[in-house]
Amino acid sequence: MTVKTLLLDGKPVSAGEGQSLLDLCRENGVKLPTLCHLDGLSDVGACRLCLVEVKGSNKLLPACTTQAQEGMDVSTTSDRLRRYRRQIVELLFAERNHVCAVCVANGNCELQAVALEVGMDHVRFEYQCPQTELDASHPRFVLDHARCILCTRCVRVCDEIEAAHTWDVANRGAASRVITDMAVPWGKADSCTTCGKCIRVCPTGALFEKERAAVGTSKNRNFLVYIKNAREKGQWSR
Amino acid sequence: MIAEPASATSPKGGDKRLKMLDAAMRRQQFQADALLEVLHSAQELYGFLSGEVLLHIGRSLKVPPSRVYGVATFYNHFSLKPKGEHTCTVCMGTACYVKGAGEILGRVRDELGLSERKSTTDDGKASVVVARCVGACGIAPAVVFDQEVAGGLGPEAVVSRVRGWIR
Amino acid sequence: MSPTDSLEEIAQRRNAARAERKCRVSVCSGLGCESVGAGAVLEKVRARMRLQGLAEESEVHLTGCRGLCQRGPIVEVEWGPAEAKERRLYLDVDEACADQLALEMATSGAPPASLRDHGGEPFFTRQTKIVLANAGVIDPEDIESCIAAGAYSALEKAVTEKKPAEVVQMITESGLRGRGGAGYPTGLKWSTVAKAAGTRKYVVCNGDEGDPGAFMDRSVLEGDPHEVLEGMAIAAYAVGAEQGFIYVRAEYPLAIKRLRAAIKQAERLNLLGAHIFDTGFNFRVDVRTGAGAFVCGEETALIASIEGGRGTPRPRPPYPAVSGLWGQPTLINNVETLANVAAIVRNGPAWFAGIGTEKSKGTKVFALAGKIQNTGLIEVPMGMTLREIIFDIGGGIPGGKRFKAAQTGGPSGGCIPAQFLDLPVDYESLQQVGTIMGSGGLIVMDESSCMVDVAKFFIEFCREESCGKCIPCRAGTVQIHDILVRITHGLGNFEDLEKLEDLADLLRNTSLCGLGQTAPNPVVSTIRYFRDEYLAHVNEHRCPAGVCAMAGSTAAREPSRAHSVA
Repeated sequence: MTVKTLLLDGKPVSAGEGQSLLDLCRENGVKLPTLCHLDGLSDVGACRLCLVEVKGSNKLLPACTTQAQEGMDVSTTSDRLRRYRRQIVELLFAERNHVCAVCVANGNCELQAVALEVGMDHVRFEYQCPQTELDASHPRFVLDHARCILCTRCVRVCDEIEAAHTWDVANRGAASRVITDMAVPWGKADSCTTCGKCIRVCPTGALFEKERAAVGTSKNRNFLVYIKNAREKGQWSR
Repeated sequence: MIAEPASATSPKGGDKRLKMLDAAMRRQQFQADALLEVLHSAQELYGFLSGEVLLHIGRSLKVPPSRVYGVATFYNHFSLKPKGEHTCTVCMGTACYVKGAGEILGRVRDELGLSERKSTTDDGKASVVVARCVGACGIAPAVVFDQEVAGGLGPEAVVSRVRGWIR
Repeated sequence: MSPTDSLEEIAQRRNAARAERKCRVSVCSGLGCESVGAGAVLEKVRARMRLQGLAEESEVHLTGCRGLCQRGPIVEVEWGPAEAKERRLYLDVDEACADQLALEMATSGAPPASLRDHGGEPFFTRQTKIVLANAGVIDPEDIESCIAAGAYSALEKAVTEKKPAEVVQMITESGLRGRGGAGYPTGLKWSTVAKAAGTRKYVVCNGDEGDPGAFMDRSVLEGDPHEVLEGMAIAAYAVGAEQGFIYVRAEYPLAIKRLRAAIKQAERLNLLGAHIFDTGFNFRVDVRTGAGAFVCGEETALIASIEGGRGTPRPRPPYPAVSGLWGQPTLINNVETLANVAAIVRNGPAWFAGIGTEKSKGTKVFALAGKIQNTGLIEVPMGMTLREIIFDIGGGIPGGKRFKAAQTGGPSGGCIPAQFLDLPVDYESLQQVGTIMGSGGLIVMDESSCMVDVAKFFIEFCREESCGKCIPCRAGTVQIHDILVRITHGLGNFEDLEKLEDLADLLRNTSLCGLGQTAPNPVVSTIRYFRDEYLAHVNEHRCPAGVCAMAGSTAAREPSRAHSVA
């Protein structure tokens, strides 16, 4: 296992084989905003919040999918990176109907947390106000498209951890939406095992439990790493 | 194995089409990777991809239904709704756009009472769809009437051709 | 047609037969000509020859795109003794004319003098053909005619005389760069794949030609499929692959049909398959059909599509050359890039490097379209000026109008205004003025085009083709498009221009793939060179070109809600 040394915001650090820049940042107390990343799930580099500057590359690289290489010179923050992160969150808020005041995840929402983190306090772009629907056909859970940011964590957890692959994404572009089975109401999706993993990984109030609707959600997402360690290494560590 | 897929287009040949679809899948050794090729075959056989056909394909290739649906809806070429008996495809590539394809599209849609969201007439006789480029830029504006590509037509000519379909 | 005949034997036999024939008539079977009855013209000539008893002594066949699509059907005639063949090129040949032509040839041995020969015109003489060299000579549906013109001789040379690394070196020395748009050095890509570690390598030909306004690849695949297949096989030999895929978009059914037939014919002659030319080299090619997604022209999205999934791109690195199809090293090259390979191997890299400019070698096929006299397909050496292309070969702007701009690179490119008409067309020069070579679509616009409208057209395209995976592109193209819709309806303001520039910067730098990264190019380019038009729209609510309906219509008041989610 080769260890690499590189510069992280000017500070020399060491990285293990296959370690991502995101992991490296966390290890060294450097905070990077993320939304599509979740420990325990594969990384897709989709939200673009964790982009960092690497000397020698004219492209910004997503920290979650970029492996640390020997001699890299990584900058995790700059005026322009800050501006991009803010704008990305603005675009998200403008894309669907994220009205926090009436949302079950209010106060426990990763989108809100990221907005605070990147300093987004107003949205300059036109609110799209798409017509969205709520799917409450499942006996225990609800899907609210208005809150979905298409992070695909639900798709990945259902595919990679529960392996039922109930969730996927239909259509393309801004018309994309998450679907269950043959785009049937969730309650009719035969493949769903009601395990609730998708609820737990969802960063916003798009997926929530009916019985928690009134009191609000609070989600513990650490269970994924717990399961993975158990399954892959035979270790149950809390 | 599965019920005859409800098809608004052709009343005959349901069983035969299913056999041909199964043969197509067999040719691909029922590999999950061949999903797009199989969807193409199904679209050719049935004219569109119904829920039953998609489910059957998913079961045969052992691909989860949501993935089949996700793939089928990603690509422009696949249609989950039956198309009309005739299809008028207006090319909206750059060359055609510059030569007035926008006007042709508008006129043809108006003539048939169609829009961006509604692409097939209620009686199922005709559909108007947009192609992003059929590669006939040399004869722009290009309009495809069923399988036949025609170039350099004005809006009136296109409209009268289409009128002939619904009369 | 025995599988044991050598290429040379087949070529000799065919060429001798052709030389003996009294005459040869080739009818262009490109899409443009097909749409105006080329098929019927072909049949007419054949019928007349049969009637005159000359069926055996004449050769009448289909051939690939001759390039001048608005003047079809295009027919070329060749006649005379073996040492002194003459040729004439005719345009707008309808059935009656074809019959007259055939009759005259049959009775007098030469075509009628009254028919005008266009072969000497600038459109045809000013071009330099490498990729399109066989148009007029071969019948794409008959492999022997292609072999007679040299098909597969380069493959034979490569696998029997050269080592794989030597072939890679040839391509590197030639200076060939990717013709799909990015201009990446082809030799470098081949070398990377050749050196990458993997159990099975793949060669993929990217025939997804999604650029609206481009049909170069289509014409090559339909008109000379063996040229592409041979290029793929040589590439496979060079990088160590045994399996190839040609990914062709669904909108090109004729290309798919011709390719499938060509592959079968090549397999029958053992030019594809196992133990090619009795060596240890095996190479199989399968056709994969696209399904209408522009994003699938992007390499990682193309891979996802061949793997049977949604065409969403993946972060790079890792690059496909190292980890592509099913995680294996995969060489992905554009159709036109591969179409150059055989010629380079046959004639040597120095020959290729002698054409073009210092950094852009060889030729480029362009699809000339828009407000130009001669619309169609041309192939010119890199470095020819835009003026020569548009005015000498293209015949200038019809209707006495003024040239306003040329758009290259499709939705990923920018506009070139009149001040750069003397720009040499090569990779670097185009980049410097804010556009890209792109795949070869070259749309000419005159004073009747509104550049803001053009920008809106392209961003609308990107919005619809965005895969939706990453936020900047998915949500950003919507925002940019909405702003341009407002501006073109007279509802824009100066702040909108600032927003456009901010969004452009965001998408270019943070999008996951080339679609999002280059989507703002048409907007940025038109603001750069036609800022006054934008200012007129937002400050005066006026469209100088008279294209945009500036009445502040209700359609613009509600920015496009084309998508209702769920």
